Amino acid sequence: MANLEIDFCGIKSPNPFWLASAPPANSAYQVQKAFEQGWGGAVWKTIGAPVLNVCNRYGTIDYKGQKVIGLNNVELISDRPIELNLREIAETKKNFPNHAVIVSVMVESKKEAWQEIVKRVEETGADGFELNFGCPHGMSERGMGSAMGQVPEYTCMVTEWVMEVATKPVIVKLTPNITDIVVPARAAVKGGASALSLINTINSIMGVDLDSFEIKPNVGGKGGHGGYAGHAVKPIALHLLSAVASDSEVQRARLPISGIGGVETWRDAVEFMLLGSTSVQVCTAVMKWGFRIVEDMIDGMSNWMDDKGFKTCDEFIGKSLPRISSFGDFDLGFQTVARINPDKCIHCNLCYIACNDAAHQCIDMKTMRVNGDMAATLQPVVREEDCVGCDLCSKVCPVDDCITMVPIDTGRPHITWNELTKKRPEVLEWDKMEEYRKEANIHIH
Amino acid sequence: MAEHYKPVKYKAWEMTLEERFQEYHPPLSEREAVLEANRCLYCHDAPCMVACPTHIDIPTFIRKIATENPKGSARTILEANLLGATCSRVCPVEELCEGACVMKHDHKPIMIGRLQRYAMDYAQDKNIKFFHQGKPNGYKVAVIGSGPAGLSCAGELAKLGFDVTCFEKNKMAGGLDTYGIVVFREPVEVSLREVKMVEELGVKMKTGVTVGKDITFKEIVDKYDAVFVSVGLGSVPPMNIPGENFEGVVDGLEFIAATKTEKLDTIKFGKRIAVIGAGNTGIDCATIARRLGSERVTIVYRRSEAEMPAYHFEYLFALGEGVSFMFLTQPVEVVGSNGKVEGLKCMRMDLGEPDQSGRRVAVPNPGSEFVIPCDMVITAIGQKKQSEVMNALGELGVKATHNGYISVDPETCRSDNPKIFAGGDCIRSKGEASTVAAVQDGKIAAAAIHMQLVGVPSPNKKHIEPVLSPVV
Repeated sequence: MANLEIDFCGIKSPNPFWLASAPPANSAYQVQKAFEQGWGGAVWKTIGAPVLNVCNRYGTIDYKGQKVIGLNNVELISDRPIELNLREIAETKKNFPNHAVIVSVMVESKKEAWQEIVKRVEETGADGFELNFGCPHGMSERGMGSAMGQVPEYTCMVTEWVMEVATKPVIVKLTPNITDIVVPARAAVKGGASALSLINTINSIMGVDLDSFEIKPNVGGKGGHGGYAGHAVKPIALHLLSAVASDSEVQRARLPISGIGGVETWRDAVEFMLLGSTSVQVCTAVMKWGFRIVEDMIDGMSNWMDDKGFKTCDEFIGKSLPRISSFGDFDLGFQTVARINPDKCIHCNLCYIACNDAAHQCIDMKTMRVNGDMAATLQPVVREEDCVGCDLCSKVCPVDDCITMVPIDTGRPHITWNELTKKRPEVLEWDKMEEYRKEANIHIH
Repeated sequence: MAEHYKPVKYKAWEMTLEERFQEYHPPLSEREAVLEANRCLYCHDAPCMVACPTHIDIPTFIRKIATENPKGSARTILEANLLGATCSRVCPVEELCEGACVMKHDHKPIMIGRLQRYAMDYAQDKNIKFFHQGKPNGYKVAVIGSGPAGLSCAGELAKLGFDVTCFEKNKMAGGLDTYGIVVFREPVEVSLREVKMVEELGVKMKTGVTVGKDITFKEIVDKYDAVFVSVGLGSVPPMNIPGENFEGVVDGLEFIAATKTEKLDTIKFGKRIAVIGAGNTGIDCATIARRLGSERVTIVYRRSEAEMPAYHFEYLFALGEGVSFMFLTQPVEVVGSNGKVEGLKCMRMDLGEPDQSGRRVAVPNPGSEFVIPCDMVITAIGQKKQSEVMNALGELGVKATHNGYISVDPETCRSDNPKIFAGGDCIRSKGEASTVAAVQDGKIAAAAIHMQLVGVPSPNKKHIEPVLSPVV
């Protein structure tokens, strides 16, 4: 079995799976139960300013029979007395000295308040802090949470206040509710943060009830934006993670990142880690199934590492990051065409209609005999010379490996947009572009 | 991978003989398995897990298929049940896990058996070894009989470090899994691979050795620190009716064994067959006969549909295979000439009052005799107790139940001789005899032997009972 231990800026954890700062990490009972079942660490549900919660707190996206594809909440930070939280944090760390116990904190924007809470948390023996600059509801209206994370100067300032007194590592948790997440990430670096975590939840309204006209979630007839999480947000989280992880300033500061956002299985966790996460944090999947999911996360990741020959997590963390690029640097000469395997085709013709109505009209329905059948059937066939290689047909095909995208060489020059526009800036005019296309053997009908 | 793209032949009469004896259910493709696994709710303290006699953590193994961790899935199954591959094929899942599935209320239950087979096939195709022989602890255990109870006990003990020798009277190990399950339910290779897995754990398999003849029970008990008896039951008992020695009267178990060990085109079968007994063995014999090519197969049973011991899904399967049933029909004589079967004389019965087992008694209707013309009679009216075994064990202090089975403590499978444990069909004095129950007996006995000899609870103990949350 592979070694799953990680070192997250000095915080040791038996595996990269942490509970995110959220309802599952609300109490000693929960966190200790989670550790017993295999979780490597937990970020305690945010403690700090006094709050009052509402009902109902959750809304979900259910998709075609699957429940909780996405989860939205308007729950606030911990509503338990701060003394009780601190006592339970200390007890938990004492009982589980080898697990990562990190405490999420959020107080009003006053230096004394931040420094006081940091000192009090340090007395518990916890391994580190996470600064909650991301909560998008309730706290943000009071000038906390994402209200801080959305103003890079505040992010930097509060991080500095905390770093003045903290002796343990400090993770800054970033909000996705911002145009460019790299800006607050750099602010956290500037403020001296030890690590970053992302993403917090995304502003959302889950829906409207067609009978009662109420907003989901419904709080006594009213509703408002809440934080969206769960598997549905994973692609957004992966993008923001890769943007931060590949940023030069973040890389120069060598800050580890804890990835959050839709991690449900070991496969999701591996993807986050390939894009630069050292640990991953999980909430929604635990809210749906309980702590027990971690057994498969450990088992699955370990089996995958054994298959791939990785002995430790360090060997694959960030491995796919160098592949993160941008449109201007993609190879314009890389060409593929779709090929449909008639032996596997079940004749649903979804590829045909997708191509015909929504893409480039390069699949024809041809009468032919397949599979040695005597009866002729209508078979979708790609007109390769017109196929632009968009990949839509294979994406809608319900059969595994029936439509494959095959790389072909059409003689197009292997050049990127950035290189082309530097070398021949005139292609930014349509007539010159047409000339270039003719030259490069690019035909678009 | 792409099995379901191939044209499927649904009708037995359109298939070749070999095709008719392929596994009845094709394997699930990866897509089918993952889609089905994702339908599972992943219940907590799941009813399916409680319903499984070996308490496999079913929600976890299914989740692992859903997360594309089939290797981990196979481990989860095998940790609770070393014979997971056989059980996935032969378990009466409708009566056990799938019957308990919460999805059955407003949907179809999850195909737990076929998902289990998917994970087991994956592990076997990749030849993954999950367990190793434990560090030798110096104790020697003999296992008598290598059916599912024996294999399970031997394997679990070997994992714990015991030196295990398994005695098997047949040429091949595996007991009824090898010889007694119809081949279109379980190919013989599946059982033999499980035997091999147990052997690879260090168990010494001595086949062709009949305990009680080639070596005495006493010798074994003297030589080993503990003995696990899993000898099963004997052949089909005589019906005690005239004519049952005619040529063409066949023991149902032998008929099934032939399809497991002989070339299909060499097996003798009648054109018109009467099968006596409507238990699962009777159904197996009848459906095999149909698939071999018998034109008319009739199951004769003295009580009615409601009392028949066969599982309901087996009954439906037989009907679909073209087997006909004559209920409330009691065979009274095998008729024939020149020593050969020509018919089965039966008497009509009526249903009377319920007996001790709660089933209504069949009462003869005098004067209603008639003859079913047939050229073969297959008897499937249960199995004999092995009286020689019981006598030999009796001399060693092992007691029998009132109905002739080995009496054991259900918590430990220990007999009245503290060195002798027993499990499988030879202790199943009440309730349904099944592979999965036998596997659990083996596990229980292995844990008890460990406790008795080593003095500490077996680390595998947690798989003896379902791990449920405490009731708060």
